[in-house]
Amino acid sequence: MKLQESPRSPASITQLLWFFGIATVVKLLLIPAYYSTDLEVHRHWLAITHSLPLGQWYYDETSEWTLDYPPFFAYFERFLSFFAPLIDPWIVHLHHGLSYKADSSIYFQRISVIVSDLFLQYGVHISTRNLASLKRNLVWVFVIWSPGLLIVDHLHFQYNGFLFGWLLLSISFLAQGRDLMGGFMFAVLLCFKHLFAVAAPVYFVYLLRHYCRGGLVRGFARLSVLGAIVVAVFAAAYGPFVYHGQIQQVIRRMFPFGRGLCHAYWAPNFWVFYIVLDKGIAFLLRKFGFDIPSPVASFTGGLVGDASPFAVLPRITPMTTFIMVLLALSPCLFKTWRYPRPRLIARSVAYAYTCGFLFGWHIHEKASLHISIPLALVAVESLEDSKHYFLLSVVSCYSLFPLIYEAQEYPIKVLLLLLLLHTILMWFCFSALFPKIIGTKGSLQSDKKATQSDSKGISRTAAEKQWFELGWVAKSYLLGVVVVETWGQFLHPYLLGDKLPFLPLMLISMYCAIGISYSWIWQLKRIIILS
Amino acid sequence: MEITLNIPAKDWYRNSTFNDLSYWGLDYPPLTAYQSYIHGAFLKTFDPDSIALFTSRGYESYLGKLLMRWTVLSSDVLIFFPAVLYIVLVYCSMQLCIGQNNDVAWHVAMILLNPCLILIDHGDFQYNCISLGLTIAAIAAALSQKDLVASVLYCLALNQKQMSAYFAPAFFSYLLGTFSVAWWPYLQSKEAALAVLSRLAPFERGIFEDYVANFWCTSSMLVKWKKLYSTQSLRIFGLAATLLTCLPSMVQQVLAPSSKGFLYVLLNSSQHHFSSFKYAVHGKSILLPLLPLTLLALEVHQSLLWLTHFAMFSMFPLLHRDKLVLAYIALYALFLLVYFAPGGPSGRRNGSKTRDHSQTTKIGMEFISSIAFHPLVMGFLGLCSLVLHVIYITMHPTNKYPFLFEAVIMLICFSQFVLFTLQFKAVDAIETSNIKS
Repeated sequence: MKLQESPRSPASITQLLWFFGIATVVKLLLIPAYYSTDLEVHRHWLAITHSLPLGQWYYDETSEWTLDYPPFFAYFERFLSFFAPLIDPWIVHLHHGLSYKADSSIYFQRISVIVSDLFLQYGVHISTRNLASLKRNLVWVFVIWSPGLLIVDHLHFQYNGFLFGWLLLSISFLAQGRDLMGGFMFAVLLCFKHLFAVAAPVYFVYLLRHYCRGGLVRGFARLSVLGAIVVAVFAAAYGPFVYHGQIQQVIRRMFPFGRGLCHAYWAPNFWVFYIVLDKGIAFLLRKFGFDIPSPVASFTGGLVGDASPFAVLPRITPMTTFIMVLLALSPCLFKTWRYPRPRLIARSVAYAYTCGFLFGWHIHEKASLHISIPLALVAVESLEDSKHYFLLSVVSCYSLFPLIYEAQEYPIKVLLLLLLLHTILMWFCFSALFPKIIGTKGSLQSDKKATQSDSKGISRTAAEKQWFELGWVAKSYLLGVVVVETWGQFLHPYLLGDKLPFLPLMLISMYCAIGISYSWIWQLKRIIILS
Repeated sequence: MEITLNIPAKDWYRNSTFNDLSYWGLDYPPLTAYQSYIHGAFLKTFDPDSIALFTSRGYESYLGKLLMRWTVLSSDVLIFFPAVLYIVLVYCSMQLCIGQNNDVAWHVAMILLNPCLILIDHGDFQYNCISLGLTIAAIAAALSQKDLVASVLYCLALNQKQMSAYFAPAFFSYLLGTFSVAWWPYLQSKEAALAVLSRLAPFERGIFEDYVANFWCTSSMLVKWKKLYSTQSLRIFGLAATLLTCLPSMVQQVLAPSSKGFLYVLLNSSQHHFSSFKYAVHGKSILLPLLPLTLLALEVHQSLLWLTHFAMFSMFPLLHRDKLVLAYIALYALFLLVYFAPGGPSGRRNGSKTRDHSQTTKIGMEFISSIAFHPLVMGFLGLCSLVLHVIYITMHPTNKYPFLFEAVIMLICFSQFVLFTLQFKAVDAIETSNIKS
């Protein structure tokens, strides 16, 4: 699509709707496919918010799927539940609706996710308004046709689409310098899903330094305004529950203790290495004759008294992970403190989520979406960014594969999502953006204002290749993905049968963790270099 | 798969205690049998119960169904996709079109995303992709002057599904003895060969099966053919009528052969066979005229949209029975979206971009197009189809005429198919008169 028209013209809206149309068709075709228990979870929340008064939402125990999202999400479910009884009243029935698997219920919920994705379109549209048409289309491809989002939202079933739209809106407001709006939107987002709070330190530092400046008095006044807005948002969300005196219960539901360091399937983060190291050392020490007792507790279960799931290495507690996340985040916070630039906000937010993903407590692999969606905005800025994004996107999509484990979705996962469409699409897109023109530096600094470091960076690489091509390390890593998948799916059952059943998943975790750790370090370097 | 895996080859088409022909006996030529054997071997490794002799009849399991769907998918990817790439590359390299690079991608998408093929092969479950893929590859080979390869591929296609014979008049000059290799087990005796033949041309079925938008079915609402004439005479009528209507285009091609003409003859011969007078047509045969039309997509994209719409519509009752309405809507929407892709050929103003049409042909074609594709006409037809879709799903017909809605749908589709045939005949006539002058 090489149309050249102004970003705000009707033709670009048509193009955006075209992207949305194609994505919607694929989502419609996926309606009869696999869904996880999350479908029942959200259906039950529809029932709770519809059938019970506000005061009972966070106390209800009719089903094991209790409400564990902040109040705005509960209001959202309430809004949806206005429409559900029009289709089929049993969807929202508290008792009879339990594990209700009728077509009407499934179709209603699936279509509600598809419709709520309109907000994602809006968020992407606003975020990319000022880009040239080719770059804009690329970002749309990465976000609207994101395979990870498709797997999590439309197969596994969640409502992340519109939440990411909100995040993208918030980031774009900050990037345009409208700090108050950006802060306000982020506060609202926190009241939808508290997982987004990992980026809160970045927001706080940035807003403090960028918005609240200009002397002590003015700064303090602005701080008060900001604080008042945030408090107002939280009041709107939690107010009714404070009124009922239920705030403790709400907090307890939102942050359930008693879960282990890792999810049942280990998210590909730092703790995978830690656990494997622990087991490895224990194994070696036993070989050398030391007596190492096997740990009683498990990684996925809760904290049991003083028992540690680790045989040799020190025990990890939620506080440890919290400190480590902050430590990892600190260079970025420091950088933001010194140079609060609007242009770097998307990167900083993505970096915050990367740190949270790598070092957090009980992280789901779905959280890798929080890294890849904001980074899509900056993937088109330079050659280095695009190479990095290519790698990251493939790794994060691959790490989501274990979510969809039934045989019938296997061709969809591999062919449609990862291999054919996404990888090849990305390759074509980036090659179109950075074609093989040798020696012309100017062509890479398209229509954006080149900053000091950008031109420095490019003059450094002027002697190197300037078209889109991956180095041999990246290529062999991606080849390794194919190897890991072949082992897990085909060779392992054939060679080892039922022995070591956890091995394929562990391999996937570890292999992706390598990729994500590389991304973390790369992003850190990039943030420090750019100013 | 059960039959080919468990019974020796010479008995596949013969009625016996093991092979009960009345229970879905083999009614396609030997290549389908061989392909079933290979797929059966694949299934046997993972789910032997699904193809065990006798006990697997009516057997349905999650794994069995999944594996069977994957055999269609793999055949599609291995045979149809490469064939499509081959022909699009040949087509564009032959300068048959003056298009941009985008057009190659659009053309490939139009052929691969043909909603009728996807719904029939992967929804209803058939293996049309193999015979259509082989036919496409044969056409591509013929267009690039590789006659031997073309004839081999077409013979294979013909031996996969006898429906490919609709293209036979066009391929007539390319048929070679490759045919005899596939038929080897059955050429041992006259009886064996006849046994295969009688399975392939099931005349004991009626003149039409299910509700099909063709001449016999439509006119049977007025004239009860089945009551008036015997099966034998109807068979002869059908054959004669088909050949007669095909003759002009065949003669044309013999007198003035051309690559472009070859594609049009493919279109015409299959169109005649299907819509007009062919005996014992099944509704799924609409795939055949659709095939050459998709190959000509860059030139005649309005006709493609038109024919695809009514082909889909004519299949709607069948798909509704198969509970494929969601897939129907989604795939049709996808087809429309890619068809109207921003920057694609249908967005541009100029219609026909071919070089070898003269001025009078262009005027003639534009005249026909302006009538046939007038926005009001298309809008009206579109609205009618939409209303009928909704009626079909929501309302129940009276007991007196239980197939009322099917008949109405079929009548509309047939009228469109006839108009379509006439349009291309007119184009052909203009072209011939042009060449002569």
